[in-house]
Amino acid sequence: MQRRGRIAYPYTVWMVIFIVVPLFLILFYSFTEGDIHNIKDLRFSLNGYKKVLEPIYLKVIGDSFLLAGISTLICLIIGYPVAMIIANTDAKYRNLLLTLFIVPIWMNFLLRTYAWMSLLSPNGFLNRVLMWLGLPKLEIMPGKGAVLLGMVYNFLPFMILPIYTVLSKIDKSVIEAAHDLGGNNVVTFMRIILPLSVPGIVSGITMVFLPAVSTFVISGLLGGGKAPLIGDLIEQQFLSSRNWHFGSALSIILMIMILISMAIMSRIDKSEPEEERRKI
Amino acid sequence: MKKYVLLFAVLTLIVVSIVPLDGCGSGVTINVFNWGEYMDESLIDEFEKQTGIRVNYKTYATNEELLAKLEAGGSSYDVIFPSDYAISEMIKRDMLLELDFNNIPNYKYIDERFKNKGYDPENKYSVPYFWGTIGILYNTDMVDDPVDSWDILWNPKYKGQILMKKDVRDALGAALKKLGYSMNSTNDKELEEAKALLLEQKPLVNGYYGDEIRDLIANGDAALGLTYSGDAMDLYWEGFENIAYGIPKEGTNLWYDCMAIPSSSKHKKEAEMFINFMLDPDVAFRNSEAMGYSSPNKEVIRRMQEEYPEVFDLPAYWPDEEILKKSEVYVDLGDYKAKYNEILTQVLVN
Repeated sequence: MQRRGRIAYPYTVWMVIFIVVPLFLILFYSFTEGDIHNIKDLRFSLNGYKKVLEPIYLKVIGDSFLLAGISTLICLIIGYPVAMIIANTDAKYRNLLLTLFIVPIWMNFLLRTYAWMSLLSPNGFLNRVLMWLGLPKLEIMPGKGAVLLGMVYNFLPFMILPIYTVLSKIDKSVIEAAHDLGGNNVVTFMRIILPLSVPGIVSGITMVFLPAVSTFVISGLLGGGKAPLIGDLIEQQFLSSRNWHFGSALSIILMIMILISMAIMSRIDKSEPEEERRKI
Repeated sequence: MKKYVLLFAVLTLIVVSIVPLDGCGSGVTINVFNWGEYMDESLIDEFEKQTGIRVNYKTYATNEELLAKLEAGGSSYDVIFPSDYAISEMIKRDMLLELDFNNIPNYKYIDERFKNKGYDPENKYSVPYFWGTIGILYNTDMVDDPVDSWDILWNPKYKGQILMKKDVRDALGAALKKLGYSMNSTNDKELEEAKALLLEQKPLVNGYYGDEIRDLIANGDAALGLTYSGDAMDLYWEGFENIAYGIPKEGTNLWYDCMAIPSSSKHKKEAEMFINFMLDPDVAFRNSEAMGYSSPNKEVIRRMQEEYPEVFDLPAYWPDEEILKKSEVYVDLGDYKAKYNEILTQVLVN
């Protein structure tokens, strides 16, 4: 135990410098106002938070959570069956299938989003194909539809992988036992497979929801900047408006809301299997 | 065993990416921080070969981003390319070093018209690099009205075909100029009117973008877009015949991007050598030719007139004197900037 603790020292130092200190800086800036370069000029203020509570910014926060929630749900609906298919594939092809889903992540995220832009734009590849086929044009970019598509595309692998991992670890004899006891496929899935895969679903949801709720590239490029998300707003405060106090307050609020949703998720993760066990 | 090989590979990768490349060779490395797609990067290799100074080249997208990165500290830049109003703000806040023009003999090639401008009255801190205007880039197949007024960006006929620049000064500037006010207005009432105008325009706007506007217009994704003259020149040199650029008759923003040395620079002399190199007539000509932007360099203007006389008929390269008279250079707004930022944020969020 002692030795393991020592191995963790470099990480502890790393964490303090790059995670803890910046977090405190954000917290500090969020509760102050004044010239950010002159510590003497900074004074305590809640103006950053007051501004967050203005209706137009609350709407941005609401929109961000709604859009992230929808894209997480879509990822789950698409991702779960895919994970099941991969887990049930013959071991020979399983790795190939997995690789196919992971390959897009090897490419830079920004590049992939730009690629979607030229696919979906009014005169882009997709519309040219549709026009050539004599079909009506698809007008989704820029707009929320395109943002949603970009989110689902970019974050889907993060839903598939954890669910696949859990599913592939389920003991096949448990499923066989269920069948032997007269359970058909639906019953087996609902009462055995689904409850056992809850940990995978929970970490999948977390891993998709977190980047989706804080993204700013996807909404800026595919959404045309017309309906900014909280990530866009934070980016703007730091890079163009240079209002660090408001930006920090927004970041803190975002962090708190993410923490709350994670707490809810981990409660589900813990409670569900117990309930199931009791039922059985 | 496989595990160790992988671990070793990962560690090597980390080490290679962390250790700076200037470990080999004794020369100085200068950090050049420029706008994206704003320099013929083959010239950098040439500078490195000529002087033995290594150049670490990085880019940014807006003046605000440049200022934000400089303010954040931590990194030391040696040559930066701020625009007029950013220069005056930086001078005010002691963020620039005075240049030693003995080290920049090529400064003599700069046309007198571009010296001692309002943002740097005694021309102590900056050397002009490129200049141009803001105007409306449009697709002649999709727009049949004359593009000569800001009004066209508010014309309902082009609903969903208009791209606006996601830049505080440019977006608000267009609205202010349409209303007949100064682009540097610090009058609350005028700005409220500009905000109302931008909100009124929002349903017509296809999207708010930065550098993407050029490609979206070129691709026919939208008909009109607010952008820099350089984007129009880019497309002109690339041979896009259906793309044109119009400067509104109400006047527009006239901008000067300059080279300057931030006060955090540790290699001032080498930075001045770099600036001098960029002013060399031959280098400046090739740079201007590659980037398409108008140069303030006398020799470049002369050679352009010889080799490409046709570009002097294009408003994107050589705007009319009449329009220039009505145009304004942005000035630093000081604390009033916050108001501008607030308005753009509210327009985007609403």
